[in-house]
Formats: sequence, C-alpha cells, structure tokens
Amino acid sequence: MKPVDQARNALAFLEDDTHEHAFDKLIWGLREQRDAAAREVGEWEELRTLASQIKEHTLSNLAHYLELFEARATRNGAQVHWARDAHEHNQIVYDILSAHGAQRLVKSKSMLTEECEMRPFLERRGIQVTETDLGERIQQLDDQPPSHIVGPGWQKTTRDVAELFGRVYGSDPERADPVYLAHVMREHTRPLILQADAGMTGANFAVAQTGAVVTVTNEGNADLSGNVPKLRICSVGIEKIIPGPAELAVFIRLLTRSATGERITQYTSHFAAPREGGTMHIVLVDNGRTQRLADERFWPSLKCIRCGACMNTCPVYRRSGGLSYGATYMGPIGLITMPAADARRYRELPFASTINGSCTNVCPVQINIHEQIYQWREVMDANGEFSATKKAAMKLAGNLLSHPRAYRAAAEAGGAALRVLPHFAIYNRLNAWGRHRDIPSPAKETFHQWYARNRGGAHPAEEPAGEATAGTEDADHGRA
Amino acid sequence: MAAREDILTAIRDRGPAPRELPHVPDFRQGPDDLISLFTAALARLDGQAVTQPPADLQRWLAETFPGASRICSAVPEVAGTLPPFSGWAAPADVDVTVVRTPLGVAETGSILLTENELAVTTAAVLAQHLVVLLDPADLTENIHGAYQHPAFQKAAYAVLLSGPSGSADIGGTTVHPAQGVTTLTVILSPRTTPGTGEL
Repeated sequence: MKPVDQARNALAFLEDDTHEHAFDKLIWGLREQRDAAAREVGEWEELRTLASQIKEHTLSNLAHYLELFEARATRNGAQVHWARDAHEHNQIVYDILSAHGAQRLVKSKSMLTEECEMRPFLERRGIQVTETDLGERIQQLDDQPPSHIVGPGWQKTTRDVAELFGRVYGSDPERADPVYLAHVMREHTRPLILQADAGMTGANFAVAQTGAVVTVTNEGNADLSGNVPKLRICSVGIEKIIPGPAELAVFIRLLTRSATGERITQYTSHFAAPREGGTMHIVLVDNGRTQRLADERFWPSLKCIRCGACMNTCPVYRRSGGLSYGATYMGPIGLITMPAADARRYRELPFASTINGSCTNVCPVQINIHEQIYQWREVMDANGEFSATKKAAMKLAGNLLSHPRAYRAAAEAGGAALRVLPHFAIYNRLNAWGRHRDIPSPAKETFHQWYARNRGGAHPAEEPAGEATAGTEDADHGRA
Repeated sequence: MAAREDILTAIRDRGPAPRELPHVPDFRQGPDDLISLFTAALARLDGQAVTQPPADLQRWLAETFPGASRICSAVPEVAGTLPPFSGWAAPADVDVTVVRTPLGVAETGSILLTENELAVTTAAVLAQHLVVLLDPADLTENIHGAYQHPAFQKAAYAVLLSGPSGSADIGGTTVHPAQGVTTLTVILSPRTTPGTGEL
C-alpha cells in the first residue's frame, strides 16, 4: 500500500479555517481541562508512576495474566477465543454470529475492531453493524474512520453533523444544535439496539483476577450493546489485561481525567459473566502486539490506555486533524504504534512531530513517547525509508548544526533575508512552513550577536576546547 | 487452540524481563463530609442529589415526575406499576426506575448497580429517569475504596454510574441524553429495612 503522506493530507484540512480553528480550540480545551483535573489530585504523579509500573509488571508477566484471565472468565461462564491477527479476529466474530443466526449487531466504540477493519468484513458477509457511540456512528454514517480515539467525530463541526443527519435521517439540516442532533441519533439508534441479535463491546481493561471486561463510556451504549441482546461478544487486545480491582482503581482515576478532565465517565461498566439467559464470548487479540512486546525499544508503547492526552497536547495533531494520519491510532501514540504494524505504509508518521516532549509529560502511564518517535526515525533511516528529499535536508541540517560558524552565518543571513525579501519570495510552495502560518518577524540580532555585544568576546561554547569552563558549557547547552 | 499456544509462546519467548507489581495505597484522607463531596462530584456530570430524603417517597415521585405512569421499583419504599419484565429490551418504555445502591463514591459521585439490586439491569439504563436510594453509611471516600467492594469480585455485571447518559461527541459540548437515562437522581436515604430490595 502507498505510504501515507500525513503532511500532504493535513494541507487539505488546513485549507478550511473554520474546521482548523474549531478543532484546535476543542482539542486544546481538553488539554487544559486535563491539567486542571490533574492538579486537583495531590497524588497525581504517584498515580502515573503506579500505572506505569502496573502495566510494566503485567506486560512482563503477560502469559501468566492472560491464562489467569482466561481461567476466571471461563469459570464465570464466558467462552474465550484467541486470535493471532485481524483476519482471525474477524472470522471468529463472524463464526460466533453465524452460529447464533445473528444478523443485526450493535456495538460500542472499539479501536481494536477499527484496527481489524471488522465492520466492512462483517458487512460484506451480510451482517448489519450499527455503531452505538454517537461519534462513532457519525463517522460510520459519513463513511469515515475516527479522527480522535475518544471523540471519533470531533473533526466535524456541529454544522457538518446537522448536514449529515439531514442527508441520512431527514432531520433539519439547518439546525446545528447538539441537543437536537443527539436526540435525532437516539431516536434512530435505540430501536436498532432493542432489536439487535448480538451486541459487542471493546475493552478499556480486562481484569485477570475476576475475568471482567471493563468499558468506560459517557453514553451507556456499551451497557446497552452488552446487555440488551442475548449474545455478547467482547474484543480485547491482549495488552489490556491488568491484575485485579485494586490496580483497576489506579487506571480509572487516571483515564477520564487525562482524556477530558472529568473525574470519571458516566458509565464505568464491568462485564464478568453472561447475563441471565445470555451468552458471552471474549476474543483475545494479538495482531502484532507480541511482536512489539519483543522489541526492547518499543514495548512500553503497549502500556497505552487510549486516553488521547498525547493527541490533545500535540501541536501537529491539533493543526493537522486526525484523519490526516490515515491510521487507526493518530497523533503521537499513532506515530509509535502504526509503524510497528506497517513500517512502509507509515514511514512518514514519525516525522509528524516537533519532539517537544509534551506527549510524554501528559501520558498517564509514562510512555516515553517522544523518545520512541525519535527512535522510529532512526529505524526508518536504517531501513532505507527516508525519501531522497528528506535525506538531502537531513544532511544539510546535520552539516549546519555541527559547524557553529556555518550555523551562525546562516542564522544571521536568514534573519537579514527575511527583513528585506518581498512577500512572494518568502511565501511560496518551496517554503512549507509558510503555507499556513506567518513567518515570525526576525529578531534584530541573533543570540550570539547579543552575547558578543553585551558580554564581550565569543560565546563560551565556541572557545577552543580546554579554555571554557566545562560546567558553564553544559549549563548553556541545557538552557538552549 | 493453535492461536492460543502461538500467542502465549511468543510472549514467553520474547517478552521483557519480569517487573515487580507495586503496592497500591488507598490514598484515604478521611474528609469529614463525604455527602457534600459526593453531591458536588455528582453535579459535575449533571446528576442530582437529594440530601434530605422525602418523608413520602411515593408522593415525591409523583410530584417530581408528574407524567410518569410506568414505574419500575426495586425498593420496598416505592410500589412499582409494572409486571416482571418479559425480556431485557422490555424496560425501554419505563418512565422511572427506582433502585437502592449498595455503594456510593464521594470522589466521583458514582453509585454502584449490579444484578443483585436489579435483576434485569437494563432497567437502569433504558429507563427515562433513574432514581437511586443511597444510605450515607454506604459512602466511600474514593475509587480505591470502591474497588474493595465485593461486587467487583462476584457480580456478573457491575456498573459505576456517575451521571445521566451524555455525549460530547458533537462539537465537544456535553448534552443529555445519549442512549441511556435522561436524568439521574440520588436520594441520600438510610435503609429502612436490612438488605436490598430485588425486582
């Protein structure tokens, strides 16, 4: 498959100021709410450390916990299946549905089923699949993948949704009112839930000691999908296992606060056994996870609890839109998980980052996201996945940055040029940076010029080796 | 079960070296007024608390939900109007479900429901309005305390409900209801009889 060109895809999103500004505002608002929520919990950083340690413990003893979960879930009356890849997962789900004569499936949001492309697989085989999460249903009706792992339809404005529902449901396309639109969805989706033959959920967590699959929703749609039909199927990525309820508490306290700034979602639901008169199937899915677990650099990415905080804080994600990544997982977490699934297709993703480290700082399970992004760039280089243009640019930058005098001359010349060049010479197609933003006004002088003028002489870092105070040099670099 | 063995073998052969499981503290601070904390937390997600229990719950229901005729009650304090449900989709036309919770969580404004409180648990999600009785003595300070409740070891289904069904999926604005209940009201009401009612 052709490599995804995230930067090019983002251009289309940036062409429309309305969407760009609305998305940026919404997503940054979530980041601010996350900060406020974190600040009100005195033990926040301790919880992050605990969450990271619990995940590392579980992932490093994963076979034990998977067997424990399987044994307990089986004792509870559930049937446990194992899938090596997406196709096996989809086939297992289809076989379960077929065995029960089920043709109408309602499901809650599950990034795993997105990853497996389960919906088209089932639809091709005659199964009617209805997403019951409002955002996911919006994307389904518009034939688009999710643009955010928490709010799949957030890339759309309210007006977009009004137009979509007008087209699909015949509601008033001019009425861009979220209350009205949610009502329209409820009226159309509840009957489908009540008539469904089977219900499906993903899993935010799977608790080994109890065999429970845990879902976290605001709408209650997982509870309805999982409890109304007789047949319940839960798809669970193998990395979602945690030891027990005591550990679950840590994640429940972190997850929603990190995602939206609320303390908890309206529904935190624990499905441990089939409901009375019902059947419960759990599909444990690998799909590349064991391969990632074997990589000492990238296995900590499996700690992810899908809160989306790294996306909300990422300047590239906020200004690119989630669809530009062409991937199930977008934003910083996508940059380090998607290349593991397909290094060729997602070879450009590790470059959709400024590596500012904010994603790592907000991650509730302390994944070293920005370091892994950099490591993926190294992998791409080693694999020969750099384009000729990128190679040439990197070589030029490498030369410039390793020669202080050349760098200084370039910085001074660049600043001087920006002051005198006409508009067309700065804002053209050769300058990607200037396509959708103003170039900042150049400073009157570079730092080195300022230093020479105010402190006299050369910058300490440029003095011949042995003459500068080592401590001073390090300190200056640290502040740079 | 070739897939099972392949997956487990791959994990055992190539997974990272074992790490220790940390001890999780209960982070208890012992605040004086759990009821106020609970009420404020519940309000954040648009749930309502009634801190002074009505003397006559039946009358309170009639006054609060004047149009409600289909009432599902799992508590001895209120007489329901419905026969036993014929199926798990049947509660779709219930106006009000009344149930007693065995646990409230002050940190998050959550209440716990399982099949022990409501045999057909969809009655708590499909109803238009959910009214929950909570004995203040059943309040716990935080989520760590909540997960020590035996329901999380034993129940087939357990839900921590912290507000009426909502969604912020359109433009980031939270609206009610989505697919579940339109309103959630928690009445702080000591138990009048031991144990819990069951539908």
